[in-house]
Amino acid sequence: MKPTDPAVTWLEDKPLSLGERLYLPLFIQGLSTTAKHMVSTKVTVNFPETRPTVGNPLIYRGVHRLNRDDQGRVKCVACFLCATACPAHCIDIVATESPWPDREKYPESFAIDELRCIFCGMCEEACPVDAIELTSLLDLTGKSREEMIFDKEKLLSVYDMTKDAEPMKSASLGGTL
Amino acid sequence: MPTVIVDGKDIEIGANERLNCIEAARRAGAEIPHYCWHPGLSVVASCRMCLIETGTRDAATGKVSMMPKLVPACQTPAKDGTVIVTTSDLVKDSRARVEEALLIDHPIDCPICDKAGECLLQDYHFEHGQSERRADIHPFTSRRRDVGPTVTLFVDRCIMCTRCVRFAREVSGTSELMVINRGATEEIDIFPGFPLDNKLAGNVVDLCPVGALGDKDFLYQQRVWFLKREANVCGGCAAGCSIHTEHNQDTIYRLKPRENPHVNKWWICDEGRYGWHHIHDPSRVLEARRRLEAHGRATTAADASGFNTVEWADVVTRLRSDLKTASPSAGRLAVAVSPMLTVEEAWMLCAIAKSIDPQAYLAVGFVPRDEGDETFPGGFTIRAEKCPNRLGVEAVIALFDPAGHTWTDLLEHVQAGHADAAWITAGYPTAPPHSPWIDAATAATFDSLNCLVVQDLFDSPLSALATWRLPAAGFAERAGTWVNIAMHAQSFEQAIRPPAGVWPEGRLYWNMLGRRGLYDHTAVRHQIAESSASLAALAGNMPATGVDLRINQLASIDSIHTKATHSHS
Repeated sequence: MKPTDPAVTWLEDKPLSLGERLYLPLFIQGLSTTAKHMVSTKVTVNFPETRPTVGNPLIYRGVHRLNRDDQGRVKCVACFLCATACPAHCIDIVATESPWPDREKYPESFAIDELRCIFCGMCEEACPVDAIELTSLLDLTGKSREEMIFDKEKLLSVYDMTKDAEPMKSASLGGTL
Repeated sequence: MPTVIVDGKDIEIGANERLNCIEAARRAGAEIPHYCWHPGLSVVASCRMCLIETGTRDAATGKVSMMPKLVPACQTPAKDGTVIVTTSDLVKDSRARVEEALLIDHPIDCPICDKAGECLLQDYHFEHGQSERRADIHPFTSRRRDVGPTVTLFVDRCIMCTRCVRFAREVSGTSELMVINRGATEEIDIFPGFPLDNKLAGNVVDLCPVGALGDKDFLYQQRVWFLKREANVCGGCAAGCSIHTEHNQDTIYRLKPRENPHVNKWWICDEGRYGWHHIHDPSRVLEARRRLEAHGRATTAADASGFNTVEWADVVTRLRSDLKTASPSAGRLAVAVSPMLTVEEAWMLCAIAKSIDPQAYLAVGFVPRDEGDETFPGGFTIRAEKCPNRLGVEAVIALFDPAGHTWTDLLEHVQAGHADAAWITAGYPTAPPHSPWIDAATAATFDSLNCLVVQDLFDSPLSALATWRLPAAGFAERAGTWVNIAMHAQSFEQAIRPPAGVWPEGRLYWNMLGRRGLYDHTAVRHQIAESSASLAALAGNMPATGVDLRINQLASIDSIHTKATHSHS
């Protein structure tokens, strides 16, 4: 379509009124917003010295953790549903027969590439045994790419680290215990 | 022609066909769910999943009279005037109830079950089951029982269709499996001390419609939905069974039989089923190497000193000039065409050999053999000849050299000093700890040659003597056609890429012949079919189940006829 096409209607801007041409009302409007924020409560924090508060940890999507069952073993049954659901293909699982009589299958290794992860939470949704959860840990740093690939031990240690502050979500969300 | 009425639609079936209602309904596009029925096994009608409404239509009056009760479709023959109703509320309700009854006893441990994703219980429940579970019984853990060296049984997942029991009785004829207890406590088991260890045992895992029977080789290796499948042909013996190679990221995870009424029906043997591990063996030959001029022969097969790696682009040119230099006079080049090669690869190899030396001595490579064919009561035969394409290679060699030599002839030929250079293709799946296909004494026959090219999967005493050590491709890495012992030819595509640094034979030969682009086995196959009457049946598009080469006369007449009609029009 060309600009000269008869189907194109050209609209002209309305000319500025006297008040608009003075700029003064808008100037006062802007300054009042600044003044309002100067006296209101602050929302910024001195990160990392001060930690921001997470509104609802139940729905926050931070660093992953692998939950432990009541005997301290990894809860994961290596069903690969998280790896299947993952849109970023960042979960790598090696399954094997479990050494415990009451469990059939467990992950020999379980690795999440946190750099590849997009923190969508689909793994948490997919997990049939509520073994993988996203914590409210939000600052994730590392010195190398390798360091950012979290293996099973590291993911379990995230659970040990956060279990007191954030109990397993499953109970409050009606999942498996 | 007898007419069957499926959901109000008239379907004609063959006069001499013996179909049951499941098969007849399938012709009409109506899928009747079933667990216990399998086309290759006897009918027991025990699962009750295929219950349908049937009746008969009177031929004279056209009046339909229905049976008062539901009947199992698997056990009801489809005759002229048989009326089949598969979609009525009564049938749907019956299926939902059967599903519900099966699931009461089922642990529903799909997340850890290897069958999940290809499980009939899942599929039928999704399609025919109820949306809610009415039983408040807690799912129990899955008990596991070893039934054989390769097969494990998850007792609680079993739905008692008894396909495995019937398979062991009727097809393998070994009857290891049985049903113990009765009623709700029925279980599949073996007699103590008599494990399921026959050579067809792996098929019970394929037959199992649920996750009760598991393959120990595949257990927990990969979820089935990650696997990609490629139609392939087993290279384990001369039977040439149709298989699916199931792989992910160029790694094979399992082989499954592919239904082919002309070759293997629904089965494969365990030797073939687990015969893919050599492909991923770390000791494979992974580089093209040439012996340095200054060095003498290597002392052992594994000794890599004295060899340097050659880029494939250089192999294409240097191999030809090396062989030409080593055998200056005509008839001094001997070539062993391995029965592991496809027809296309064999044809290209022969063409290369003849272009180097027009009187080159062409022989079929070493043919590995076991004691004898083994036939099972169900008709399945494991062949003694442990290579897939001897007949195909013989047919190809006959096109170039009607004399047709064997491996023994070739050994005598070289022994007698009639050759200066030899090109030995092998590719036998003899991964360590298997002993190499050739012993040191036989290999010594080739000791005096000017140039010896050995193309093999694994090092052998022969490769210790080689001037050129070239890698070969495994069965799933090839593309081409194999001709089995019954002259049945099957074409297949490459399923996985070979390891880095390995060119499959087809690619090397294609480039050595100076042909452009990527190796196209279909083009070569068409060329072979056009140039020879004995392989004319390979022309055109190959059906997935293959063609019988013995119908080549008919096929060639047919193609002449088509050409004639084309030229007229």
